[in-house]
Parts: sequence; C-alpha cells; structure tokens
Amino acid sequence: MHVVILGCGRVGAMLASMLEDEGHSVCIIDRDPEAFRRLTWGFQGKTILGIGIDEDILKKAGIERAGGFAATTNGDNTNIMSAQIAKVKYKVPRVIARIYDPLRADAYRELGIDTISPTLIGAGLCLDFLAARPWRSIEEYRAPRETSLLSPGPEGSR
Amino acid sequence: MYVIVGGGGKVGYYLTKALRAAGQEVTIIEKTRRRFVLLQEEFGESALLGDACEVRTLDQAGAVRADLVAAVTGDDEDNLVICQMAKRKFNVRRVIARINNPKNEETFQLLGIDETVSSTKLIYSLIEQEVEVADVIPLTALRRGNLEVVELVLPSGAAAVNKRVRDLALPRGCTLGFLVRSEAAEVINGDTVLRAGDSIVAITPSTNVQAFREALLGPRVPAS
Repeated sequence: MHVVILGCGRVGAMLASMLEDEGHSVCIIDRDPEAFRRLTWGFQGKTILGIGIDEDILKKAGIERAGGFAATTNGDNTNIMSAQIAKVKYKVPRVIARIYDPLRADAYRELGIDTISPTLIGAGLCLDFLAARPWRSIEEYRAPRETSLLSPGPEGSR
Repeated sequence: MYVIVGGGGKVGYYLTKALRAAGQEVTIIEKTRRRFVLLQEEFGESALLGDACEVRTLDQAGAVRADLVAAVTGDDEDNLVICQMAKRKFNVRRVIARINNPKNEETFQLLGIDETVSSTKLIYSLIEQEVEVADVIPLTALRRGNLEVVELVLPSGAAAVNKRVRDLALPRGCTLGFLVRSEAAEVINGDTVLRAGDSIVAITPSTNVQAFREALLGPRVPAS
C-alpha cells in the first residue's frame, strides 16, 4: 500500500524505512529540508517539502490513494489536525497520530482518531524496568491517568 | 457571559480588552510566561498561564461554565484543537476559531468547527471587491445559509436597463428585493422596469454573485 508520513524526525524516518522493508511505497513530508537527511541511504520513496496541514501538500503526497497515514511531527496539534484531515476528508483506512500529551491523545482516541502517546508508553516502560517488573501491553501503558493530571478540586478550578 | 480566550497575542489581547470593556467576564490563556506577565499586569486574575490546547488548562479556566471559547492563537492547528477540546470535552456551546489559511475554513467545518474568522480572507475579499466585482457591494452575508445581501447601482448601458424584471434571466436563488430611485424606495416585483441609476438591493447565493452581476450588467468588460 501507499503510506504518507508527516514529519521526518527520528520516528518518521525510521518508520519510512521499516515500511519500505515491508514492500510499501512511502511519501514523507517535512517542512525542514535538513530533516530528510535522517532517511537511510537506500530510501526509494518520495520526499516533499511543505506544511502537512496544507491539503495541497497532502494531495501531492498521494493522500487520495493512500492506504495509511502516520503523523509523527513534534507538534501534537499538527499531528491531530492532519490525521483528522486524512481520516475524515480523504477516508484513509489506517491513520495514526503520535501525540505527546497523554490527555490529548486520550481525548482524540475517544473521537475516533487512533493515537500513540510515547510519553505514557516511554515512562511506563522505564517504570517497569526500574521496578524489575515484566513488560505490560500497550493498552495497559496507555490507560488514562486523568485523575492525577486534572486539577484537584475547586481551588484549582475557576 | 463568560468567555475564554485562547492565545494572548495581539488579537487575544485586544479581544479581551474589548470584552472586559463591554462588562463581560473573560479569562485569557497564554502559554509563554513572558507574554503572560504582560497580560497579568493588565488583566490580573483574568490572565491564566498555560496551554489552552490542554484539557487541564481549559479545566482550570473553568471551561465547563464558559458560554464561548475563542481560539485566536497564530496557528490554525492549535486553534482547531482548542475549539475541539472545548466543544467535546467541556460541551462549550459556542466556539470561534481564528484561521490563517483561508482553505482551512472548509476543513474546520468538516471537523465540526463552524465558526471561523480569517483575516487573510477578509482582506482578500476587500481587494477582490475592488478588482473584481466593484459594482456589487456585499451588505451582509447570512453565514449559515450562504446567502448574501448585495447592493448594485445600475450604470447606464447595463444589460438590465429599461427591462422588466420578469424578463431578466436571473441565476438560481437570486431575488431582487427593492430599489432606490431618486430618493424613493420601492419594492421590486416582476413588472418593475429597471432604470439606469437605480440602486438595487438583492439576495443572492454567495456562489452566484458573479452570475448575478452578469445578469444585470452584462458580460464582464475589461476594467478601465
């Protein structure tokens, strides 16, 4: 299938080469030309310089025929917006957004946008390692922790 | 009315100022400390330091009791998230998003945010009126129905001069309302004969403004 990746950071570039290894065609978008240097030498896919929430750029990347879309920029909101455009407007079958803020990741998962929060998963993995516990499943790592993150009560709330 | 303003840049600052002057309760949320300190100096308790995209910050601002949230940061994607969070997580009745890329108006609507304001589009439409449709003046746009109320002064030599309204081929959905002729106003009906100099007020779908213009004035002639 054709996959569009937004954001050629470490995750985006790594994902691009993993997808290619599995035989998929990849187009990767970034707004910084330097970012494409992270791609491996053998990268066959297309690179596009541009802003990923601009639909003209997404179309150029082949969003209309894409079977998958991954938003991996370091901006949560850019990822959220582009993932929604891919899913709602272009009906891309598999759409994933990386979102650092766990609460936001959770909120958008409720809205039907699949999200990965490296914050919760990364911290959870470190915790389990430190406590010498066996690894848990992704679902367990990303279980919402809303109670501890929201303001405690009327004092904090206006 | 309780309003939450997301983003303490120039737009947010002046909006907050105007709302406060109008006696409304406002909280303005700004995420950079430097800018926040400035806002706090002027607005005191009404300024809140935090990221308006975060559920936690909106919760702190009391989004559950907000009547309106205006997202006016400089980034479209941030404004989208602020509005979606306010709407979906806190059931805020009315949300308004500032957008920079006029194309995002449609995208925002698709994603459930109906009210957007684009300064790019506003300025562009002013220029467009100047260069394109100088003679059709938009009076007001009925936003949700996509109808516009427009005014047009019929120049001599226009296609519709000395014609009966019923004989004009008006585009779909256009209705001529009334005209002003030498200080007297009259309601337009099918038998009204249009004269040069008539100032006509009409309702037209936004998409048909150009066709409306051509129906009354004739095909476009190169600008002099």
